[in-house]
Amino acid sequence: MDGFPVLELKGISKSFHGVMANSGVDFKLKKGEIHALLGENGAGKSTLMNMICGLLQPDRGEIFIQGNRRKIQNPKIAIQLGVGMIHQHFMIVPGFTSLENIILGSEPVTRMAIDFRKARKQIAALSDQYGFSIDPDAVTEDLPVGIQQRVEIFKALYRKVGILILDEPTAVLTPQETEDLFRVMRRLARKSVSIIFITHKLREVMQIADSITVMQRGAIKGVLSPGETDEQSLARMMIGREINMISNDRSAGAGRTVFEASGLSVNSSRGFEAVSDVSFCVREGEIVGIAGIQGNGQMELSEAIAGLREIASGNIILSGKVMPALHPRKMMENGLAHIPEDRLKYGLVLPFSIAENQILCTYYRNPFARFMWRNRKAMLNNSRELMDRFDIRAGGPEESVKTLSGGNQQKVIISREFSRNSIFLLANQPTRGLDVGSIEYVHRQMLTLRDKGAGILLISSELDEILSLADSILVIYRGRLISMAGKEGADRASLGLMMTRGLEREK
Amino acid sequence: MILLLRSFLVPAGSVLLAFLTGGILLFLSGSHPVEAYIALFQGAFGDLSSISRTLEKATPLIMNGLAIAFALKAGLFNIGAQGQFLFGAFAAAVAGFYVQAIPSVFHIPLAIFAGMTAGGIYGLVQGALKAFSGAHEVITGIMCNYIAINMTDYLVNHPFRDRSPGNIVARTPQILDTSRFPDVAGIPLGFIAAIIAAILVWWIVRYAVFGFEIRVVGSGINAARYSGVRIRSVLMGTMLISGALAGLGGAVETQGVVHRFQPGFNTGLGFEGITIALLGRVHPLGIIPAAILIGAMKAGAGMMQFSAGVENEIIDVIQALILFFVTADVILQKMLPGIKWAEGERLSLSTGWGGNS
Repeated sequence: MDGFPVLELKGISKSFHGVMANSGVDFKLKKGEIHALLGENGAGKSTLMNMICGLLQPDRGEIFIQGNRRKIQNPKIAIQLGVGMIHQHFMIVPGFTSLENIILGSEPVTRMAIDFRKARKQIAALSDQYGFSIDPDAVTEDLPVGIQQRVEIFKALYRKVGILILDEPTAVLTPQETEDLFRVMRRLARKSVSIIFITHKLREVMQIADSITVMQRGAIKGVLSPGETDEQSLARMMIGREINMISNDRSAGAGRTVFEASGLSVNSSRGFEAVSDVSFCVREGEIVGIAGIQGNGQMELSEAIAGLREIASGNIILSGKVMPALHPRKMMENGLAHIPEDRLKYGLVLPFSIAENQILCTYYRNPFARFMWRNRKAMLNNSRELMDRFDIRAGGPEESVKTLSGGNQQKVIISREFSRNSIFLLANQPTRGLDVGSIEYVHRQMLTLRDKGAGILLISSELDEILSLADSILVIYRGRLISMAGKEGADRASLGLMMTRGLEREK
Repeated sequence: MILLLRSFLVPAGSVLLAFLTGGILLFLSGSHPVEAYIALFQGAFGDLSSISRTLEKATPLIMNGLAIAFALKAGLFNIGAQGQFLFGAFAAAVAGFYVQAIPSVFHIPLAIFAGMTAGGIYGLVQGALKAFSGAHEVITGIMCNYIAINMTDYLVNHPFRDRSPGNIVARTPQILDTSRFPDVAGIPLGFIAAIIAAILVWWIVRYAVFGFEIRVVGSGINAARYSGVRIRSVLMGTMLISGALAGLGGAVETQGVVHRFQPGFNTGLGFEGITIALLGRVHPLGIIPAAILIGAMKAGAGMMQFSAGVENEIIDVIQALILFFVTADVILQKMLPGIKWAEGERLSLSTGWGGNS
């Protein structure tokens, strides 16, 4: 019975308030295959998966599991049918142990209590069966993200899942963790678990998938196998137009120093030293990339630079002047532009309009304020101009940013930050969660800003982003910076190694 | 325009539902709901004097509603409005009887100013506690209310007690005629002051730079940090103004209605501000109709009791039901699907205990 579809979708359509999210989608998942579902944000991948998981009901179309037509009214039914989904944000209780998390919701019980001994045996059996293991007694919040994800996978296996949906599982992983995940995925596939792998990272698709389904605007654009295609043509299919992979092919001009950190140490919120004695500078017309796995001090470093976090020792120097800590406005007035890591929390006031968000940092100045009063007309004119210049697609300046797509939200932030004539840009994970088209846009804007003479500090855990944009690369590891002489000396492998282990050789 | 209409749907629906539920209660308790409601309406709007009484009742409600709504714009739940109101009422009373021999034109504003200052400073204390120690304004507000109630009790019992022969109650002397509000063409002056205050607050929220800062802090405290808004100043400034509004409510009550400070006369008015603010959708101008509605219910309760034989506690029940349906607007939206409900800056009434995240 090899090749029999374990899951088949026929003519699935779904619309929300008249907007078509899926139209006539056909999809086949074979037993034991890794099937990549590729598409931009908003292409309808999540909607489609949510219908398989019972979170949404299709307007039209049929779902077959193991050849039988099924109605999946709720997630419970999905699990009974052997469908499990691992979301981008893990659904685990941080303070619980792995074991507790795995059995949560389907605990084996004796007459009165949870039968932990039985659970332990079952998990050991699963470990044997699939050939990878976890420590059942580790508290999950102490585990690295990659292992937490493994706990999630175990949780699905414990519920006897035969169809596993992974929603952008590599977004939060390091290159090494990604490799580990792929190894686990292959093992599962060999043991006849069928996997749907949602992503928009082309390289990973080519690396792991047995077959690839490309979605665009709610419809299937094609089903292929990695052997018969390449990244460029997949990208074209996904976006519906030609895109150029942006790269920085200009060598950096050795301009004046615009930003300097000297001997900078920053404490984390929990009190330990997150950034230790870091010194570097960014010059005019230069992009300095800081690569590193999330949680190695990037957040603390960028918050300290932006004036959002106390500095333990050292100095921040912007255009020759030592800046006071905890003074974001002073930083901005002296030429800082800032794309924050968490754009929804820090970069935008979600209930506010586009126009109001665009003056978030300048509302108190001419022309947006005269004495104590705001000038709404100036605000709206400013917004219309920026929406046009930065190609923000929305109903108008007074539309709430909450309803915009992730790409357009980031455009609102960029339009605000890049229109202030800033000389130094701090960009922390500027493309996280964006689709390929928007990433291209953000990168292009950054290069334009650089060409105009601004210095840019790009902090990113996406190696590709660092490699394609940065003029010089630093690696951050446990709060310390490791300099990579120049761009030439950096390749994926050595960078990846340094991100995970620092400079161990020198110890 | 359509949007404006939509934002009326929830309050209007809530009031309707509350009256329907109240009607059922009336029926169960053996009264005739329609008769009772007609009596209520006549008591509130039946003739000029009853309309005047309705507006009089609505006036402190507008002020307190404004105080609550204004603080909510910055994400602060000023439950201490009651205490600020009491100090405002007390301070206005003291200015009203203590300061003598000055003409009305000066005496009235002086007493108002005293009330606003007292309320404002008391609000500022709570704002400063929040800004510098992170103490939650609901907790400090509740505590400050106790302090205010007992402090004013003490003050009217001892230093400021009415010593005139024959007085056996703990209360201040009557304020002088020069500090009392006159009626302007049958409308109580206090009501006019309340309308002006509402327009002023609306203007500040919408057009002032400070209003923008307040909204940024209230809708996205992290974005406020990011963009360099001085959050501490905003929190304190907001509480100062909010307290001054509640204090103004107290002053107006003293100068326009009670004419002295007497404990027990005004309790609850500060808390009713919460109902008003929510019923008015936290919009400074929406508060006016909301306050008139509740004011009318208070004004008409007597007539309802007199001519329909309904206990006037039922009014409190209906008022509570209104608050219930307004805050639980999800119920309403479930009951009436297919209506596009307005989606503005959502209130965050259930968050905020663990700080602003």
